[in-house]
Amino acid sequence: MSRLLLVLLLLAAGPALAISDPREALPDPAQEQRAEALGSQLRCLVCQNESIEDSGADLARDLRGIVRQRIAAGDSDAQVIAWMTSRYGEFVRLRPHFDASTALLWASPVLALLLAGALVLRRRGAAPPPPLSAHEQQELDRLMREDV
Amino acid sequence: MIGELGHFALALGCVLAVIQAVVPLYGAQRRDVLLMRAAPALAFGQLIALAGAAGALVWASVVSDFSVANVAENSHSLKPLLYRITGTWGNHEGSILLWALILAVCGAAVGAFGGNLPTALRARVIGVLGFTSCGFLLFALLESNPFLRVWPPPVDGQGMNPLLQDPGLAFHPPILYSGYVGFAVPFAFAVAALIEGRIDAAWGRWVRPWALTAWCFLTCGIALGSWWAYYEVGWGGYWFWDPVENASLMPWLTGTALVHSAIVVEKREALKVWTVLLAIGTFAFSLSGTFMVRSGILNSVHSFANDPARGVFILGLLALVIGSSLVLFALRARHLASGGVFAPISREGALVLNNILLCSICAVVVTGTMYPLFAELVLGAKLSVGAPFFNATVLPLVIPLVAAMSIGPVLSWKRANLGAALMRLWYAALVALCVGLFAAWGWGALPALAFAGSAWLIIGALAELIERTRLLRVPFAEFLDRVAGLRRAAFGTALAHAGLGVTIAGIAGMSLASNAVVALQPGQSTHLAGYDWTLISLTDAPGPNYQSRVATISLSRDHLPIAILAPERHFFPLQNQTVSDVAIRTNGFRDLYAVLGEERDGAAVLRLHYNPLAPWIWLGALIMAGGGALSLSDRRLRLGAPAARKAPAGAAAAQ
Amino acid sequence: MNRRNLLLLAPLAVAGAAGVGFYAALERMRRGTFDPHSLPSPLIGKPMPSFVLPGQAPAQFGFSSDEVWAAGSPVLINFFASWCVPCALEHDELMQLATSGVALWGIAYKDKPEAAAGFLQEHGNPFARLAADRTGRTAIDFGVYGVPESYLIDRTGIVRWRWAGPITPAITADTLRPLLQQFA
Repeated sequence: MSRLLLVLLLLAAGPALAISDPREALPDPAQEQRAEALGSQLRCLVCQNESIEDSGADLARDLRGIVRQRIAAGDSDAQVIAWMTSRYGEFVRLRPHFDASTALLWASPVLALLLAGALVLRRRGAAPPPPLSAHEQQELDRLMREDV
Repeated sequence: MIGELGHFALALGCVLAVIQAVVPLYGAQRRDVLLMRAAPALAFGQLIALAGAAGALVWASVVSDFSVANVAENSHSLKPLLYRITGTWGNHEGSILLWALILAVCGAAVGAFGGNLPTALRARVIGVLGFTSCGFLLFALLESNPFLRVWPPPVDGQGMNPLLQDPGLAFHPPILYSGYVGFAVPFAFAVAALIEGRIDAAWGRWVRPWALTAWCFLTCGIALGSWWAYYEVGWGGYWFWDPVENASLMPWLTGTALVHSAIVVEKREALKVWTVLLAIGTFAFSLSGTFMVRSGILNSVHSFANDPARGVFILGLLALVIGSSLVLFALRARHLASGGVFAPISREGALVLNNILLCSICAVVVTGTMYPLFAELVLGAKLSVGAPFFNATVLPLVIPLVAAMSIGPVLSWKRANLGAALMRLWYAALVALCVGLFAAWGWGALPALAFAGSAWLIIGALAELIERTRLLRVPFAEFLDRVAGLRRAAFGTALAHAGLGVTIAGIAGMSLASNAVVALQPGQSTHLAGYDWTLISLTDAPGPNYQSRVATISLSRDHLPIAILAPERHFFPLQNQTVSDVAIRTNGFRDLYAVLGEERDGAAVLRLHYNPLAPWIWLGALIMAGGGALSLSDRRLRLGAPAARKAPAGAAAAQ
Repeated sequence: MNRRNLLLLAPLAVAGAAGVGFYAALERMRRGTFDPHSLPSPLIGKPMPSFVLPGQAPAQFGFSSDEVWAAGSPVLINFFASWCVPCALEHDELMQLATSGVALWGIAYKDKPEAAAGFLQEHGNPFARLAADRTGRTAIDFGVYGVPESYLIDRTGIVRWRWAGPITPAITADTLRPLLQQFA
């Protein structure tokens, strides 16, 4: 339930308060924006569930710095992500790459909608209930008479 | 001594739960009125016993009785009184006890307020709740007993995680658990209906207030958790799509679907099988949330100590409760005859669409949360699924949901005219379009879409009320009559839908937030979002069980002073841990937010945020829950009024 | 059993499958073959990243990837730091490995030179070669996400094994020794 014991992992990250050095931002705002967008798609390895942009961990700070260096050096977004995955694996990507192993994941919204749609259509297409048998009709008549 | 009393009360509660599970169910099967009538008394007895157990644990913590292991591990004599009380449910063992206590409250509530239920149905519902209870109490007694002793007792406790020492988090678990556990009541109603093999409109009417109550608590609980993450953790975010957050979102989504589909059962006797499945599924998600958090099976920031053995026990419990109810469903659901037919374009049709979309969103959240586990176990691939995935996949499903939310309530039952319904909403559409265009001009496509959706929901909810009261189209006195005659449930719906609109506006506003990380020496200032932020001083201050470092920041706009912000950094010597205390100044339309970081060479690193509309996120959730509560106060829901429904039901059968 | 009844069984089947999956995961967690927090290295089977690192006291000279490659025997590279608690825990085992003739080369990760030297003076120095990675960049090239971490490099410079966390006698016996034999 809830966030009860947050932060064994913050303990591991030490007293850093998710605050990083102001000097690390890129001077070019467009490049800095790209770096932030990329960083928020890369997972902090130490803290497991934050992006490196959000994390106060030391390693996340280093990785943020590297993302900015590579962007400043003219790397494309795909190149920066490839740089990261070649070291830390697909795990660093918070937005998993689309391939055979993630097809089911990415198709899940469509599959869910199709399944739900099929269920509704099936229900609508279902035959109307069969007419009452003679015995049921008798029973109904009896009940109706009792009701009156 | 307190520990022994508590332990005894817990065991007594477990025994009473077993009796509560067996006697009423047996009595209902044998049609033995005496046994069936025993159900409420047993539920009260279990509640009293568990209240005693919980009271004993709280008392042991208040008087710092460190011979109780749980208190020694999680409390400390220097801890403020409030947190000594609330800390009892901030750990695994205590939270399981809280869970069982709330379940007992639910059973007792059905006993107390279920006077107008048929005796057999009430007995079965209470029996099923007792069955669930004894599972949790056995778990508490065997695997996570909060009353285990240590001897000799330590001189002092180990203290609790400083991040948990916070008023928001103190009350978060009881509210959230009330939501989770509250869904046990609709679950019990569903199981009882399956045992009886019949569901009618009255069943829908009885289930809905319980589902709605649980839904209100869950909504508040999730909002409180999100708010806590926003102001306590200090990342400036409010929702991280973390597995633990997702686990609370799943029952909320299916629970929202349940609250809506129960209306169809009540009004039209349709969707019965589906509603029963939703009731079972919602509670199943509540339970599996506990499992996922406590077994350490998922990769989460927030989690209790990982313990696979504990996980196996909870999994067995889940298999028993969920498995047996689904077996019953497979065997008995076909006996639940389906009722009224309706055209695709109708109120029922809109509610079906609502259910499809909510359940699809839930399916996506479940898939995304479980996929890393699945990929590792089955495909041998290590990957992560994070916020970018959820944002990209959930958004396309939310758009049609929001679009339909304003249209649904103006459609009529059975068969409706979509064109006529849309005509009534023309001004809502116009306002949404204007807001969207204005926002697109200023901030780009996504915020524009969100602001338009928000306006559509809020104005649409108003439009529905205006339509029902015929404002400006009838004399004012008649309008007032119509307002007075309007059902509270209608107000509730409008309020809840508008609340979501407010939340969406808040989320859209937060997407325009700006922040800066600066290193300032006292006297220096920086500029962010039109404000001048000046660091005035850095001072030390004592705290109850921590040392505090306070930065005083003055904010001004065009040389006019606006506010003083004083973010703090608390150092807890006992745990050797530093926690930031965020300073937030809000005016309802934007938050000014400051965090104090490390200090270097006389300069303090500060993170400053300007968060437009941030408070609306949680305000909207409160409005939603308020709408639910207003609906609950509707006279007809309170009374259940099965008698009033008998005549039309008979008439329908006669046709 | 008609189609409708089959459909009513579907929820049970889905829940059952989920339950079996959860149970399998828990069993593997208990046996230690599955750890949700572990992170496999993508470098296994690939050449080690190239690096040149300066010396770390007491060693005067550092080492480079070329020297690891030229060592002529498998090399176990260990990233450690004086500020890291688990590093002290594995130190005895590292000393054991060193005396049993394993080529153990150490890299001090983001550590003050004098602190790392003090750490080795206090606990003993198991490392045949020592280098300092002050910026942590070489560690990132290896995919290090915490200290201690150890990498087994074979004679051709290929990364064969990575262990994140302290090396225990059990790990040495069950995993490291067989690998050392295999790549000797």
